[in-house]
Amino acid sequence: MIQILKMAFRDLGRNRRRSFFSALAVGGGLALLILMSSVIEGEMGSALESAIKLQTGHIQIRAATYDENKSSLKWEDLVANPDEIAGQIAALNQVKAATPRLYASGFLSSGTQSASAKITGIDPMSPASDPYREGVISGNYLSPDDRDAVLIGKPMAEKLNLKVGDNVGLSLNTADGNVQDQAFIVKGIYTTGTYGFDSGTVFLPLAKAQAMTQTENHASTIFVLLNDTALTDTVAPALSVSPNLEIKTWKDLNALFVEYETFAQSYIAIFYMIILAISASVIINTLIMSVYERTREIGILSAIGMRGGRIMMLFLAESSMLAIGGVIMGLIIGVLGTLYFNINGFYIGDMGLSGMAIADTIYAKLTVDNLINLTILTFVVTMLAGLYPAVMASRMQPVEALRAEK
Amino acid sequence: MEVVKIENITRVYQVGKVETQALRGVNLSIGNGEFTALVGPSGSGKTTLLQMIGCLDQPTTGSVAINGKDVTKLNRNQRADMRRGTIGFIFQFFALIPTLTAYENVEMPLLLNGHPPKERRERVMELLKAVDLTDRANNRPDQLSGGQQQRVAVARALASKPTLILADEPTANLDTTNGHQVMDIMKKLNQETGVTFVFATHDPRVISYADRVVTLEDGLIVKDTK
Ligand SMILES: Nc1ncnc2c1ncn2[C@@H]1O[C@H](COP(=O)(O)OP(=O)(O)OP(=O)(O)O)[C@@H](O)[C@H]1O
Ligand SMILES: [Mg+2]
Repeated sequence: MIQILKMAFRDLGRNRRRSFFSALAVGGGLALLILMSSVIEGEMGSALESAIKLQTGHIQIRAATYDENKSSLKWEDLVANPDEIAGQIAALNQVKAATPRLYASGFLSSGTQSASAKITGIDPMSPASDPYREGVISGNYLSPDDRDAVLIGKPMAEKLNLKVGDNVGLSLNTADGNVQDQAFIVKGIYTTGTYGFDSGTVFLPLAKAQAMTQTENHASTIFVLLNDTALTDTVAPALSVSPNLEIKTWKDLNALFVEYETFAQSYIAIFYMIILAISASVIINTLIMSVYERTREIGILSAIGMRGGRIMMLFLAESSMLAIGGVIMGLIIGVLGTLYFNINGFYIGDMGLSGMAIADTIYAKLTVDNLINLTILTFVVTMLAGLYPAVMASRMQPVEALRAEK
Repeated sequence: MEVVKIENITRVYQVGKVETQALRGVNLSIGNGEFTALVGPSGSGKTTLLQMIGCLDQPTTGSVAINGKDVTKLNRNQRADMRRGTIGFIFQFFALIPTLTAYENVEMPLLLNGHPPKERRERVMELLKAVDLTDRANNRPDQLSGGQQQRVAVARALASKPTLILADEPTANLDTTNGHQVMDIMKKLNQETGVTFVFATHDPRVISYADRVVTLEDGLIVKDTK
């Protein structure tokens, strides 16, 4: 056995360049798989986390009749006593924040330019609003009693050519179906790094939003953030609310995203298979070439009494060495590559996927699970690729082999 | 008992529609310790006959017995076991494993037969000494001359103490001096250890070493002189 390993090792050494490049093909394949899976993991993970943090929360309590696409402001579509419900939920210790929010559709105008906006009334002091406060890049954040201040996103500011302190017209729909106009001052400009969100969302203090839309103390939703996403399935069923309200979790609220993820997974699997097929065919090629080149050697080994099984072992030993070498190279390249994109990110800009909070920079995220699975997968595929040439070598007839290339 | 007993064997090669009768009914017995030359013109069937004796190939009809055992009924693995245990081969080309040293090449049959390390070591050194290559033990084949390589092949053929050694034109690729050296060694080993040698050759200088000459012509034995 040791002799077989020694022979296999020296055989690979005999044609170093070829062995190196075959191992590299395996390694490159693995590196690509690691990188792809990390980028996807990073994108999916961060997209979901940011969607939860910025848009949907972990749980929302809202009127059963509420339709978020319409941002309806009719009283029966709203939550009537939001502060009380929010207070109760916030008291639970798995809950990080529970805060009422009011959504209205409207548009901003400045000079001849205008842009539609999702007007969002928030409690500026709630921890759930932290991402917006932290995102302020110029000017100031809102305070609860501001009456003529708005916080707008950077893309919106650029589009309307607005700076901090500029006047801006805001029109929005009210509870009774009328349109209300008022002049505001841009108090601050924020960015969350999510183009789709920043370009449309305009913040007002909740009280001002309620006043302007004539919804009094109603809210569109109670926005709940938990200490951890994984707690959702324990907290949500434990909440009880009056029958005209309903509880939605991030899974309901991000249905589009969840669907997209499942769809993406199947696409990704196809990519994986293509990459693996390429590395496998390189290995098969190398080993078949090596079997042909060594036809006579196989004949000699067979003539001196080596059984087919051992000859097969010899070639399998070679493919496992290539596999190990390749996997090591792949791990090094893959992990370093992932680390680079983990630190520097990887700018994709506005993907134009509306309704989805996809960050404009993806940070690769490597999970140990993925790493182990992909390494095993690559190793197994490489070994399987080595099987055919090894069987071919073991089936050679000694006479034919000895006659070859005399 | 005969080491080799061949009864009425034929071997027909079929390439496409063309059939070649390489052997047309050969009977041959070879006794223990004989040093036999197979001669005859090119294409007369010498190599084919050696392959039959060596369990590398099977006759179309007829039977081959080695040490009294019919080998024509054996399967692949059994034939491999037979070769490993009782037959040594020497080929016209210097059939060494290029990645292994002279020492390791000679050791190979011993490894395959599962001899313990100490025994292997002693046996390899003994054989390398017999073929006068002790100082070349750690050279790989490409660092050896043709004559030296063929001597390593002789040592390897003898390694697991086979009863029969088959050599197909062992001197064809060697100059006169090296040819004689290899033949001298083979003859000496034949006399000292009593191992049976059968070799195919065209070379008149080599034929003179033999104590029995079997002449083949067109797939038949036409002359057999002791
Ligand atoms: N694999 C094969 N397929 C077809 N014909 C073959 C094969 N091997 C040998 N032959 C034919 O069988 C006949 C005997 O060949 P063989 O090699 O035994 O001759 P030989 O006596 O060893 O010749 P040489 O002295 O040239 O080595 C020849 O006609 C040869 O062409
Ligand atoms: Mg021949």
